Amino acid sequence: MRHPGPDTSLTGWAESDLRPQRTWLFAVAGKAMAIAEMELHKLRRDPTELFTRAVQPVLWLVVFGEVMSRARMIDTGGTPYLAFLVPGVLAQSVLFIAIFNGISIIWERDLGIIHKFLASPTPRAALVLGKALAGGVRALVQASVVLTLAVLLGVHLSWRMAGLCGAIVLVLLGAMVFSSFSLAIACVVRTRERFMGVGQVLTMPLFFASNAIYPTSLMPTWLRLVSHVNPLTYQIDGLRALLLPVAPGVTAAHIGLWTDYGVLAVTLAAWVAISAKLYPNIVR
Amino acid sequence: MKDPIIVVEHLVRRFATLTAVDHLTFGVSRGAVCGLLGRNGAGKTTVIKILTTLLPPTSGSARVGGHDVLQDATAVRRMIGYVPQALSADAELTGYENLLIMAKLYDLPRRVREQRITAALSLMGLEEAAHRLVHTYSGGMIRSLEIAQSTLHRPTVLFLDEPTVGLDPLARRTVWEHIKRLKERQECTILITTHYMDEADQLCDEVAILHHGRLAASGTPDALKRALGPHASLDDVFARFTGADAEVLGAYDETSRTRHVADRLG
Repeated sequence: MRHPGPDTSLTGWAESDLRPQRTWLFAVAGKAMAIAEMELHKLRRDPTELFTRAVQPVLWLVVFGEVMSRARMIDTGGTPYLAFLVPGVLAQSVLFIAIFNGISIIWERDLGIIHKFLASPTPRAALVLGKALAGGVRALVQASVVLTLAVLLGVHLSWRMAGLCGAIVLVLLGAMVFSSFSLAIACVVRTRERFMGVGQVLTMPLFFASNAIYPTSLMPTWLRLVSHVNPLTYQIDGLRALLLPVAPGVTAAHIGLWTDYGVLAVTLAAWVAISAKLYPNIVR
Repeated sequence: MKDPIIVVEHLVRRFATLTAVDHLTFGVSRGAVCGLLGRNGAGKTTVIKILTTLLPPTSGSARVGGHDVLQDATAVRRMIGYVPQALSADAELTGYENLLIMAKLYDLPRRVREQRITAALSLMGLEEAAHRLVHTYSGGMIRSLEIAQSTLHRPTVLFLDEPTVGLDPLARRTVWEHIKRLKERQECTILITTHYMDEADQLCDEVAILHHGRLAASGTPDALKRALGPHASLDDVFARFTGADAEVLGAYDETSRTRHVADRLG
């Protein structure tokens, strides 16, 4: 059907020409992209947070990293400590951004934006995935800051194309896992104050119960078990496999790259499903 | 009621100990502008949330355009538009972007998106502000934008939750004009909640007055006024059905008399 000229009258109401409903998966993907795009418009207009977020990784690499590599207390299996630390700090800074992603829907609930989205024919999974995807892109910007810093500090990294692409996927996956987890928390606690409290409580345990700053082989058994149900461990393990130069006899990854991808993908699917289920709670 | 587009039957919604909606039964005719009136906490917003599928009912049923809000939520969502109480356009986006995201979420095909958005912007008088961030808009402009957002997909039923609350008189009038235009063109059925009785009297074909989550009265504004007395206003009707009944009944005659005196004195 052709529409001659601009449609200035809004008549013909009853004759709705909405697109016939697409399959669920296409609707989720398309609308998630639309939401992520809007989020990125906002980020582009106010990128200050990207700079303030860069402070912490600088401290970890320049202060903690430099001191620990001089102390030589942590056995990293032949990898220089600073190089070992880079993927850990990268993942940590991604985690710290993503875990607070959920607060945005508490704001939007107070503003009524979420109400409109929920009353529209948008699958809840698309609302979650869109937010998570925007969190993922934020994380990529953050990751590039950390990697630049590593180069400035003279850390020897591997710059294979395949490795970089894999690292991008891992950063996206990791950030989306913690973003969607964060949205689930927001839907349960429902207020800014409680959300900030829970977020603060979670970040440090997630960080320390992972292989970010020491290998799991140094951990007591109970902590090692905990670290293996922590998605952060898989993200960091994969990043080490992809970003650290492989010397003979040195294995950067302890778990295995494909397991890392797999665990993160499954965890992401689970948290998106859980958050989608919880999402309507935010307006009740 | 002929050809009801919204049918609510024995609707109940409880929150912990509070019963916000208590065995409510009412309907809205197709093409009508229906005013949902009631004091704060009477259950108006809860009813709107249930009808827009945001909140599941505790018991009873609600159907919009023949679709059950619980069983067939997606079908309901596709045929409704919703303007929540808070000024809910995204302040960090431009007016155009706010419309675009809604066009996408409502599956408007790419070929009609731009012309619908352009038409909506010109209808609302927002062409010049289209590419400015919404936080530079006035309250009336934001409401106009929101009405545009909620009608972009040409809904069968439009829900407006206190659309004029907090607006200055001029902005209120702008919003009225928008609603009247929608009404004149009989483009959709409108369910509106409001605290302003003059507004309800002017705009609404039907009103339903809620009190403590129950239907206290319903009908056309004229019929309700006539039933109360020859000079009764919708304010009087409202007070009669939602006040601490006996006292207000007494007070009605008095205020009514005072007002007529005032009218005569000019």
